[in-house]
Amino acid sequence: MSAAPVQGSIRRRLLVQLLGGAMLLAVALFIIVQSLARQLAQDSQDNILTAAASAMLDTVAMQDGALQVDLPYAAFSMLSSLGNERVFYAVHAPSGLVTGYQDLVPIAGTGTRFDTRAFRGEDMRLITATRMLALEQGPLPVTVTLAQTRDGLSRTVDQIVAMAAALGTGFFLSVAVLAGLAARTSIGPILRLTESVERRGPQDLRPVTAPVPAEMAPLVGALNTFMDRLKISLQRSEEFIADAAHRVRTPLATVRTQAEITLRRVEKEENRASVREMIRAIDESSRAAGQLLDHAMVTFRTDHLEPETIDLGALCEDTVERLRPMADLRDIDLRVTLCARPTTSGDRILVQSALRNVLDNAIKYSQPESEVDVTLRARSGMAALEVRDRGIGFPAGGPEGLTGRFVRGANVEGVVGSGLGLTIAEEVARAHGGHLSAQNNEEGPGACVTLCFPSA
Amino acid sequence: MRHLVLSVCLMLLAAPLAAFDIEDHAVFGPENASRQVRVLSVADVDVFSPVIESFRAAHPDITVDYTVAASTAIMTAISGEQAPFDVVISSAMDLQTKLANDGFTQSFRSTATLSLPDWARWRDDLFAFTQEPAAIVLSRAAFAGHPLPETRQALITVLRQNPDLFRDRVGTYDLRSSGLGYLFATQDARTSEVYWRLTEVMGALGTRLYCCSSDMIDDVASGELAIAYNVLASYALSRADLTKVAIVLPEDFSTVMLRTALIPRNAPAPVLAGRFIDFLLTSSWTDADVPQSPLSVSSAVFLTNRDRFRRIRLGPELLVYLDGYKRDRFLEAWKDAVLQE
Repeated sequence: MSAAPVQGSIRRRLLVQLLGGAMLLAVALFIIVQSLARQLAQDSQDNILTAAASAMLDTVAMQDGALQVDLPYAAFSMLSSLGNERVFYAVHAPSGLVTGYQDLVPIAGTGTRFDTRAFRGEDMRLITATRMLALEQGPLPVTVTLAQTRDGLSRTVDQIVAMAAALGTGFFLSVAVLAGLAARTSIGPILRLTESVERRGPQDLRPVTAPVPAEMAPLVGALNTFMDRLKISLQRSEEFIADAAHRVRTPLATVRTQAEITLRRVEKEENRASVREMIRAIDESSRAAGQLLDHAMVTFRTDHLEPETIDLGALCEDTVERLRPMADLRDIDLRVTLCARPTTSGDRILVQSALRNVLDNAIKYSQPESEVDVTLRARSGMAALEVRDRGIGFPAGGPEGLTGRFVRGANVEGVVGSGLGLTIAEEVARAHGGHLSAQNNEEGPGACVTLCFPSA
Repeated sequence: MRHLVLSVCLMLLAAPLAAFDIEDHAVFGPENASRQVRVLSVADVDVFSPVIESFRAAHPDITVDYTVAASTAIMTAISGEQAPFDVVISSAMDLQTKLANDGFTQSFRSTATLSLPDWARWRDDLFAFTQEPAAIVLSRAAFAGHPLPETRQALITVLRQNPDLFRDRVGTYDLRSSGLGYLFATQDARTSEVYWRLTEVMGALGTRLYCCSSDMIDDVASGELAIAYNVLASYALSRADLTKVAIVLPEDFSTVMLRTALIPRNAPAPVLAGRFIDFLLTSSWTDADVPQSPLSVSSAVFLTNRDRFRRIRLGPELLVYLDGYKRDRFLEAWKDAVLQE
């Protein structure tokens, strides 16, 4: 069988898509956690800065015509609750700096505003809050600006970020494992179907009946339809062959009769030889046609097997009796030995046909005045029908391949045959769950063919 | 230690080094040695020399150049003049914190600094190596016939009941000139209102104002003072000759100052500075919880009286009383109470 052209792989595509998705999710998770952590850290710092700034603004007052600031200790304690952060402050009035660090410039704007900027060489969070001081000559805006380092917060955020990274990686890895399993599981039914189709024998064109996932149902349906059509087409050709054989056989009988009549009339020896040769050819053709019919019958009946219990002993004796006249013609002694009386379940006509073909071969290839032994045995759950002759045996290459259609041994020159006998026998044995084995006798000339059927 | 060269130079000799006010200067080890650590400290040479000599014993190749200055002068030297010192040791926690906060220090991490408890370290810049409580030092003679006051309230009562006995014989820091006195006073005021009541009473008795703990201890020892309030207990305890004075760590609360060391940003020899700080920390932190040092009170005191001690917390809140307005306001109130002019 030639390998089908391959483009892509469902499993790989599935894996790539799942892993890509997981990667995106992991990265998204990481980014979200990271930005959330930053946001939360910033918010908590902003809240504390806001509280401290408004506490400071509350202490700004006008006393004796001058602005006074009474820095609240608690505000600064609050700021140090965030960890050991550096703090800078400045209180500004429209006239300029009231107290605090000269170089700390308020953030431009109105209301309470925040900014993150470098101050004195460090990354700091700034807040500027404004309060309107109510004075007699009108409101006076006073701002408090606070700057605080973010070392501790950055460290905390870094820890959370590291944790988020570990989480994302773990998430991705576990999804990768799960994706591998999922890909394998989803490919499973396809593999099982392939295996079951591959395991079938060449004649097995039955539809696939094992349940398959919904997605595969159309494929299996198409496969079943295809096999059905194939089967019908095969049946048609078998029927055609059988029909053809039948139509050929009847006129052949007429031709043979006419040839025999002609033989009696012909005086000249060379003409007689010629006619005899003709009769021999006609015999071969009609036998071949008969076996073709036989084979077609076997094929048909195996497809529609209607099993019944068969007494193999009786069947054996019956078949031998039918063939005895043919054996007698050549003075061949047919001997039946029933070592056991096993039964089997199957088609009586088929089993009989198989045995008849094997026996026919044995008689045909035996020397005149020899014996053919038919022995029925039971061994390990099987019934074995053994046919042993003293004939020419199988050719030097052994019996391999002789069960093929129209294949004949290399040593059968001069014997009429179609090459279908062993084929039929073997197909019958297979159809019944048995098998056919053939080998030459170990002692002396001749062959031994054994048909095995499961005991019922 | 005899082989060590100990030279105490006069202030004038060291003067070309810096413009800030230097009180004393000493060099331990060969002068102009290649490995030299310059220490700027508020502690007197004779108080600190045992520490330096044991450092020299551990590191004989390092010369210690020791300069003594007032805490405010140190502030000027480091933040204003960028004077080249490797280690700054001061009891003025607020000024030390301000130096670290404003970026005049460089951070230093070592096994010793990382093993400090949180309260003994601020960032990687400030390291505490002593705990020194403020004490009330009393003259035993003056209190003959009176029970020794164990709380501020008891002291107030004694002062009120015997104004004649104590008039002009009460001393405390002049907050205008002493950084440590100001730190103790502001922390006392933060802790309890009783501070202001005591200050009022002391002011009414004509309190004498001092620049330093040692002067107050001297005057109490000589009998000139009956009471000195907020004196460093460590200084008093280190004076073994004092049998006539009683050292009281008030039961209501005792403010504890942490003496801290830092490395200035422009230190010429930061590695040696780290060596020196490591030595200070490992020699004082023999007990995991209690720094021991020639300057600190014995650990037993801390172990038995945990509740009364209030450590001043390192942190930006110490900047609050350094603010001009805050300082003016506080000193104004203090002057009203003490000077009562």
